[in-house]
Amino acid sequence: MNVVTQSHIPGVERAYPIGEPILELDSISLRFGGVQALTNISFDIREHEVRAIIGPNGAGKSSMLNVIGGLYTPQDGTIRFRGEKFANMTPGKAARLGIARTFQNIALFKRMTVLENIMAGRRLFTHANFLEVALQLPRARREELESREKAEEIIEFLEIQQIRKTQVSRLPYGLQKRVELGRALAAEPQILLLDEPMAGMNVEEKQDMCRFILDVNDHYGTTMVLIEHDMGVVMDISDRVVVLDYGKKIGDGSPAEVRSNQDVIDAYLGVAH
Amino acid sequence: MYYRQAGTYRTGYAQDMRLMPLKEDRILLGLVLVIAFAVLPFTASDYWLSAILIPWLCMSLVAMGQNILMGYAGQLSLGAAGFMAAGAFACYNLILRVEWMPFPVAILLSGLIAAAIGIVFGLPSLRVRGLYLAVATLASQFFIVWVIDKFGWFKNYDTSGIITAQDIVIFGKAFTSPAEMYLVVLTITVLLTWAAMNMARGSAGRNWQAVRDMDVAAEVMGLSLLRTKLQAFAISSFYCGVGGALFAFTYLKSVEPAAFDINLSFRVLFMVLIGGLGTIIGSFYGAGFILLLPVFLNIFFHALFGKAVDASITSALEQVIFGVLIILFMIYEPLGLAKLWQNLQERMRRWPFKF
Ligand SMILES: Nc1ncnc2c1ncn2[C@@H]1O[C@H](COP(=O)(O)OP(=O)(O)O)[C@@H](O)[C@H]1O
Ligand SMILES: [Mg+2]
Repeated sequence: MNVVTQSHIPGVERAYPIGEPILELDSISLRFGGVQALTNISFDIREHEVRAIIGPNGAGKSSMLNVIGGLYTPQDGTIRFRGEKFANMTPGKAARLGIARTFQNIALFKRMTVLENIMAGRRLFTHANFLEVALQLPRARREELESREKAEEIIEFLEIQQIRKTQVSRLPYGLQKRVELGRALAAEPQILLLDEPMAGMNVEEKQDMCRFILDVNDHYGTTMVLIEHDMGVVMDISDRVVVLDYGKKIGDGSPAEVRSNQDVIDAYLGVAH
Repeated sequence: MYYRQAGTYRTGYAQDMRLMPLKEDRILLGLVLVIAFAVLPFTASDYWLSAILIPWLCMSLVAMGQNILMGYAGQLSLGAAGFMAAGAFACYNLILRVEWMPFPVAILLSGLIAAAIGIVFGLPSLRVRGLYLAVATLASQFFIVWVIDKFGWFKNYDTSGIITAQDIVIFGKAFTSPAEMYLVVLTITVLLTWAAMNMARGSAGRNWQAVRDMDVAAEVMGLSLLRTKLQAFAISSFYCGVGGALFAFTYLKSVEPAAFDINLSFRVLFMVLIGGLGTIIGSFYGAGFILLLPVFLNIFFHALFGKAVDASITSALEQVIFGVLIILFMIYEPLGLAKLWQNLQERMRRWPFKF
């Protein structure tokens, strides 16, 4: 698949060059009863990079994102964010550190409109309490207007102006995925975790999604961690790739390195996806 | 590039975000308010004021409370009447025991007391949901009424177990005629409805709905499920408490704890289901429907059969019609009367076109 990229075109300088590790995962192990979902996994994520996690179904990719996002607590291992150690990350802590995400199975607020979903994503920028909102005090009004403006920017960027007042459950799958990206963007994240953002999409939708991901990375410098099955997409848009298989890390490096790694070829690339 | 058009939309968004963006709606609202405040108090009969309009407004507030919890925050609860009782008896005791207490302050405090109780009984919502939560909230219904019944203090040791609500006095002026009481209830209802609408369409309402629709995603955005759910319980109970206190002081007047039984909680539930889950204005439609249906059915039966049938049969028929209507609503218009009205308006706007 040929993806149109902007500053990912060779020769064009990135506005946000890849920096120091922003997130370091050290010897993470996670069990569910008898199932060993992750075994002793270590890797890092550098600031401003697009980091892909690949691997067959059940390899532990989603579990890895859930550990980063504080939804799962690993039995072993540590997470460092900008050098600071977190023994147990919680979803709230992760959010406040600037980590936002989308889910493998779309997790939109389905009875709310597109606009409301995206505005809901502004949670951490909303400080007015319910009384201020009830009485329409100045701070509540100001924040509401700011949320709306930010949401409209995102709506324009994702080219979903026509559906801003549509209830999300009425939208086709591909658009729902796009709205979910929009909701995550509304949090103005430093790190964006995307769990299979292109799964179930047709080629055109995939191209759009790739373009949005790269645009966000280019313009905001947002660090991206994405899980993707389509190898073409992974090779095209990621800077570095981690390969998981049965909960173990079997490869880590640039797309070219990973592609030529024999373990990876055996475990994953050989299998048609 | 994303900032390109920020600013140029400013007035547009502010306008779009008003409570009523459409001019027609604002005119209609103004008209309704003028009639409610300036026409009805002087023209409506005492029967209409005290037997229909006052209970309708009170129950609309209660339904609003139930709707905030059930429709917006998605927490199935069956305790509305319990919180009404808490508000009613709190108000009675506040006025009884604190001489200088102006009625509006007593009402506010009654709501706050109901809210505090609501937070306690909302705690199970952190662990259980759906039907299990409904059962847990039933406990609040029975517990509150039982406590008021059991401890004479709440009823000032009245031997009959029935209290007589004091006269409404606001800074020396007594509000005792139906029209005066109606104006008190109306004012409080309008203020609280405005506040509820602001919350519902603002960040508070989005938080509630986020917890309702997908709690994991809400949590990942940095929302505290604990705080959001308890907030919904508190606000919901506040509305039920205020509604209950007004109901007791302006409609029932002699109040026994048993008036706030589980039947009343179910009626509040039906008001929300029929008015429309997740609409503030629907609370008025639902409350009106449930309160007025028996009245109209009564008139209808009388016209149909004269005095020939006895009351037990008509009241049984009433229950049947009630049940059928609720089932029909659940099947054909789960979003209730508010949605029906909206659809009708849209169709009229497009008329004579079919699409
Ligand atoms: N919440 C959970 N409870 C029990 N087992 C789980 C849970 N989440 C993941 N697993 C198990 O962990 C393993 C890895 O799953 P997952 O991370 O979803 O894989 P992937 O996203 O790579 O397909 C699977 O065996 C899965 O059954
Ligand atoms: Mg997965």
